[in-house]
Amino acid sequence: MAGFKKWEYMTNIFKAFFNKFLKNLFRKKKHIKLGLYGPPNGGKTTLANRICQDWLGEDMGSVSNIAHETREIQIKEQISIKNDEGKEISFNLVDTPGIATKIDFEDFIKSGMKEKEAKIRAKEATKGVIDAIKWLDEMDTIIIVLDSTQDPYSQVNITIIGNLAAREIPVLIVANKVDLKKADIKKIEAAFPQYEIVGISAKYGDNVNEFYNALFKYAS
Amino acid sequence: MLTLRFVPYHEIEYLTSARRIHKLLDIVKENKIVLLEGRLKKEEETDLIEITMEKIDEKFKGIELAVINPDRKDNNNVLRKMKSGFMNMMLGDRQGLTIIGPATIVSEIKKNPDKIELYTKEDPEKQKKVKKKGKP
Ligand SMILES: Nc1nc2c(ncn2[C@@H]2O[C@H](COP(=O)(O)OP(=O)(O)O)[C@@H](O)[C@H]2O)c(=O)[nH]1
Ligand SMILES: [Mg+2]
Repeated sequence: MAGFKKWEYMTNIFKAFFNKFLKNLFRKKKHIKLGLYGPPNGGKTTLANRICQDWLGEDMGSVSNIAHETREIQIKEQISIKNDEGKEISFNLVDTPGIATKIDFEDFIKSGMKEKEAKIRAKEATKGVIDAIKWLDEMDTIIIVLDSTQDPYSQVNITIIGNLAAREIPVLIVANKVDLKKADIKKIEAAFPQYEIVGISAKYGDNVNEFYNALFKYAS
Repeated sequence: MLTLRFVPYHEIEYLTSARRIHKLLDIVKENKIVLLEGRLKKEEETDLIEITMEKIDEKFKGIELAVINPDRKDNNNVLRKMKSGFMNMMLGDRQGLTIIGPATIVSEIKKNPDKIELYTKEDPEKQKKVKKKGKP
């Protein structure tokens, strides 16, 4: 009996080892998942489109100044980027709806929708946020896109970032919209002193090279 | 009128994560602002957002959330850091304060290292009336 137990124990160890080995093997093949997070309208999809345009020559999703335009997770597979030294990394880019703590259908009405459409939109938006949260664990690296004209001390950002720290997922913060006069990168740096912050304009392309260089650090 | 509801840590201490979150959200759904002694665990904070999303409808439009940590400045003390890190991992933390308000009442909570500002919305009914009058 004892011998059997021991044998069982050994096979369990072996199984665990084998599973881990398989997982690593699978992981290497599977490409790194790079997830875009942050509050609605920070510019996640604009950045996703810029990355896809720069390296694939095509768009990824639709951009809008109405919040929650992206209501479903979007994946672009196998994007390869090269740096000046000829180093190459590949990843799957995951654009998410981002994370919000509130959604008001009346905001959609204010931006011109009919009541019925606005309510459907709001419902879809809540589902989108839930999906974005559920996908957190799937990500290998996370880019948090913040609007640098807005107050970074908003708790949602801190909640997500705190969570990622707990899950040990690497985080790169993008301070987007630096083309705007009101942009304040210093304020974002002050709010998240322990993270690397890259200021860019996803829309106009300012400083995106520095962003790609940072990606090499975080996603390889 | 604004109602604050203080929730002492011991009221949630022995609840499961799910029950903690539902308890807090039930208060918020009664249009009260929750002042929770201490803070939730990191995973509970995300769960709180997830469950909030599930509960959103025409009346309940979500939450505003802020967490205040005490004396962050002298947190360089290694032992203290380890202790608070361990506490955080095990049971959230009974230190600090968590504010959860219904989005229909609290429009924004601004948190700076040294101050907190809670912005409230006008009475929604009144707002509507004003708007209607304003229209020609
Ligand atoms: N000025 C400026 N506007 C931007 C920039 N990036 C995004 N936007 C605008 O911000 C709004 C929201 O962008 P979107 O990519 O849909 O945000 P998402 O909700 O995070 O995916 C749109 O109107 C974009 O055109 C930027 O770098 N500069
Ligand atoms: Mg988007």
